[in-house]
Amino acid sequence: MTASPMSPQGPAGPDDEGGRLAENIVHFARLLREAGLSVGPGQILDALQAARAGCLRGREDFYWALHSVFVTARDQHPVFDQAFKAFWRQPRMLEQLMALMLPEIAIKANPPKKRSGERRLGEAMFDEANAPRREQQQEVELDASFSFSADELLRRKDFEQMSVEEQAEARAAIARLRLDRVEVPTRRFTPSHAGTRVDLRRTMRSSLRSGGDLIDLQWRARQTREPPLVVLCDISGSMSGYTRMFLHFLHALTNDRDRVQVFLFGTRLTNITRQLERRDVDEALDAVSETVEDWSGGTRIGHCLREFNYLWARRVLTQGAHVLIITDGLDREDAGDLELEMARLKRAARRVVWLNPLLRFDGFEARARGIRTMLPHVDEFRPVHNLESLEDLASALSYSRKAEYDPRRWLEKARAA
Amino acid sequence: MMRDLPASIDDTVDLLNSARYVADRALATVVFLSLRMGRPLFLEGEAGVGKTEIAKVLADALGRRLIRLQCYEGLDVASAVYEWNYPAQMVEIRLAEASGDIDRERMTGDIFSERFLIKRPLLQALEAPDGLAPVLLIDELDRTDEAFEAFLLEVLSDFQVTVPELETIVAEHPPIVIITSNRTREVHDALKRRCLYHWVGYPDTARELAIVEARAPEAAGDLAQEVVAFVQALRGEDLFKRPGVAETLDWVSALHELDRVALDPATINDTLGVLLKYQDDIARMEGSEAQRLLSQIQAELKAEANR
Repeated sequence: MTASPMSPQGPAGPDDEGGRLAENIVHFARLLREAGLSVGPGQILDALQAARAGCLRGREDFYWALHSVFVTARDQHPVFDQAFKAFWRQPRMLEQLMALMLPEIAIKANPPKKRSGERRLGEAMFDEANAPRREQQQEVELDASFSFSADELLRRKDFEQMSVEEQAEARAAIARLRLDRVEVPTRRFTPSHAGTRVDLRRTMRSSLRSGGDLIDLQWRARQTREPPLVVLCDISGSMSGYTRMFLHFLHALTNDRDRVQVFLFGTRLTNITRQLERRDVDEALDAVSETVEDWSGGTRIGHCLREFNYLWARRVLTQGAHVLIITDGLDREDAGDLELEMARLKRAARRVVWLNPLLRFDGFEARARGIRTMLPHVDEFRPVHNLESLEDLASALSYSRKAEYDPRRWLEKARAA
Repeated sequence: MMRDLPASIDDTVDLLNSARYVADRALATVVFLSLRMGRPLFLEGEAGVGKTEIAKVLADALGRRLIRLQCYEGLDVASAVYEWNYPAQMVEIRLAEASGDIDRERMTGDIFSERFLIKRPLLQALEAPDGLAPVLLIDELDRTDEAFEAFLLEVLSDFQVTVPELETIVAEHPPIVIITSNRTREVHDALKRRCLYHWVGYPDTARELAIVEARAPEAAGDLAQEVVAFVQALRGEDLFKRPGVAETLDWVSALHELDRVALDPATINDTLGVLLKYQDDIARMEGSEAQRLLSQIQAELKAEANR
């Protein structure tokens, strides 16, 4: 151990009673927590128990003992590994790391952080009816330190906060969407008068209530439930005008129903489900904006779909999930990849709906190569001619099997032209 | 055959080895801790890396009963924990009626007694005849839904089950619990926290070779080496589903059935379906790709032999 045994960040040295294991584990747990793992007091106690189980022969055993308690998902492994090495082997290294990270932290702390809900608070306090309406423009600033790749434009996005009016609109849109939900039958049953199966357990109990003279049949019916929904939303440059509205809508959707997974893609794929789960919309969008690095850049639909298929499809496309793809289909890459990955996606999902918001013109034809490649592999194709409000988005999401949404219609039109 | 729980990690390695399971130190540590601390073991990993096998091997090596609960969508209490035997209950009511002896209180007690309780795997696992707790395998937990997961919380943290009509049944000797997941869905953190977590990865060349030797001793040494090297190389390729250890073992026995003592491109092409289960992957690897991999590994093996 090094010269500063009492340092709160590195492991403390042995004391007279022979070991400061508990203290060290507590410090280590705090380090993990700061690194983003969710570590609770219960786990610290477990770790202590595991470490004291005895028979840990050497460093590797100790490593895996702590690992089994603190790590609860595979993607946490690298963080744990780094933290373990930094903490238990070279306490000095940790200080160096902190020193290295400090300037960055200072820079990040510089811009005044907008507090979420600030705008709504302002609106609540001052009547804004007469004030000039703020322009609904999204501010895009380039973060030079992040643009290390020639192919990618990595940007940060600063979303304007949501107004009271917009929030009401989002709620109304969600309420409308609730009316035409699609529910699929599950394998579970629920008591029901209109059921078709006898619920023997309830029958038995109710007949005993009357002393067993009368067997009064009770019924049950299949429970229905909304299928999981996976949203893949394009945030490339050509879509940037809609991004803010989409995110508002997706936030409302994530908070309204369970089993929604949201991915954003431009040149890379990002899962933002966890970020959207924050209840406050401004906080959620801030978190999203920090996570995503390819705002308003190019599009590599084929590449991103491939990443989705390889890394996520098996994890999120279960239990009959529906997929909603929001993109204009203008891909700059090789169509072969796109074709293959779309076909794969179609086979893994129960239903694929493509929402194409760029098609503002009534005379739209499916001419672009990317669009023609993707069309055969979707169940529904919904061009939205005038997508300016959440209301439109909600109605585009409602489930109706109209002939005009049949992708074949668009393909035939394109072929004829 | 009954054995005591292993006293150290080395002991655990020996125990697993004795049942022909070749575990690395990390896995043995977690298994040891799970046995020592009485915590469920949560194993996650790709299909075919030997997660389920651990439970079978433990039950076998420790001389315990193996109780398996295969999860599926819609798994409910009636098929996982307990169910009342309704036909027998009906008959009991009719008999009581016929004898004219109807006391409501007593009849309720009679009808909902242990006599009419059909025990399903989770309830069975709480029983330990001769004081030997069984091994409970909850297989592919990701296939069931969140509702069942929530139910498991009570069972796994306190090892008890509440039957409302009867009582709360508590395990005298908690079972050894192994939970597996293929990660087709994220299992909730609350459940994972009650367990010791371990990600079971693909084995490295040396361990995979040891596994093949332990599980398919009929394969000749050279063939086993080639097969393992080929599968290891295959895992490095850009495939939708990479072959697991189970596939390696299948392939070895397939080649053995075909009386092959060494790999050749034609045989690989004919038997690729044993290793790869997606048409895209097979199409990618067939023909020249397989040949390229084969000559690459053969050259490497030769270089190693010369050294």
